[in-house]
Amino acid sequence: MCLGVPMQVREIYDETAVCEIDGVSREASLMMVEDVAVGDFVIIHAGFAIEKLDEADARETLELFRRLVDQGVLPE
Amino acid sequence: MKYTSEFRDPAVARRLLAAIEETVRGYRGSMTLMEVCGTHTMAIYQHGIRALLPEPIRLISGPGCPVCVTPVDYVDHAVALCRRPGTLIATFGDMVRVPGSSSSLLHEQARGADVRIVYSPLDAVALARGNPDKTVVFLGVGFETTAPTIAGSVVEAQRLGLTNYFVLCAHKTIPGPMAVLADDPELQVDGYICPAHVSAIIGADAYRPLARDHKVPCVITGFEPLDMLQGVAMLARQIVAGEARVETQYSRVVKPRGNTRARDLLYRVFEPCDARWRGIGVIPGSGLCLRPEYAAFDAAARLPVEVEEPREHQGCACGDILKGKAAPRDCSLFRKICTPENPVGACMVSSEGTCAAEYKYGT
Repeated sequence: MCLGVPMQVREIYDETAVCEIDGVSREASLMMVEDVAVGDFVIIHAGFAIEKLDEADARETLELFRRLVDQGVLPE
Repeated sequence: MKYTSEFRDPAVARRLLAAIEETVRGYRGSMTLMEVCGTHTMAIYQHGIRALLPEPIRLISGPGCPVCVTPVDYVDHAVALCRRPGTLIATFGDMVRVPGSSSSLLHEQARGADVRIVYSPLDAVALARGNPDKTVVFLGVGFETTAPTIAGSVVEAQRLGLTNYFVLCAHKTIPGPMAVLADDPELQVDGYICPAHVSAIIGADAYRPLARDHKVPCVITGFEPLDMLQGVAMLARQIVAGEARVETQYSRVVKPRGNTRARDLLYRVFEPCDARWRGIGVIPGSGLCLRPEYAAFDAAARLPVEVEEPREHQGCACGDILKGKAAPRDCSLFRKICTPENPVGACMVSSEGTCAAEYKYGT
């Protein structure tokens, strides 16, 4: 039930965002999140954006994974 | 970048597995890791993760499927409400097939009851707005991820001045049962794979008492395969080192303090209360009830109905499965009498119930 899908914000009006991923778009309430801008990724759950996705942090995790494959270094 | 497919790379998965094997090599004893969240349970089965992990690591499923831990009398209450003239029940999809003592919402729907499946509680508010002659009851089931969305719907209904929108509330919070299960001598949980999106709301800091007082390593883990393997690797390292700390693998979404704004919304509308969990019993303060200011939206208080005497289903092992003490195959009904088409217990109904996962993906 706690599934949340990362979607990208395409438009914002009032407290509602139009979000899109893989050609699927839907509206989500922004009641629970602050400072969301067009282009941000948010986690959508039951019609609400429940949190912003920190893209820099995601890239960092992926970079650790790449190092693991390239050098066999354990991600700390 | 889509933040899903990048976290499914098989080459990285192989390296993470090699790292896990390296960590546990020579470790004496077993490592029982409980995935608390039903969405993890489903993802673990879906990606075949159990079979990939080296010998000492055992994954067990916990009480993190909201539909599964909801006691049978709640379903009976919903059934009684849907028989009430002029009542429309709005619910997330999983609830409609959960067997009550003598009926289910799906049965009642076939008999003419107005039961609608919605994607969002806001859709239920729209139903109330569009059907002013109906009494709309939303079935408020779910943990900290979902409860703020129901709180949001109540606030929205109030803003719109609706007097025909109600919530039958059975929300629960997850740290309580984790503490109960951590102290269960029959279980011996060596580490918790903590829920991803519950933690987005409550924050990583919420697990500190669990790690400190109950000495259980906690790693907040995302739902993609690489997230889960990295989460297991982090837990294995803590266990081998004899540590019990809170770590966040899913740091791209979960922050130490969580989402304050979502929690403010949650606690503006709800307050903690005691709650009964199927299989576990009553855990003080582990439920969420509407605050007195929002009592006008409380279906249980405002729409009195007679609810039948609850009757659990004979032979159903759902309760022990939710505590990680039994696996679906230990249940005599599994696959024989209890199937996704004709579920006996909630663990077989919900798309993230352990029995449903085992039925669909188990070998």
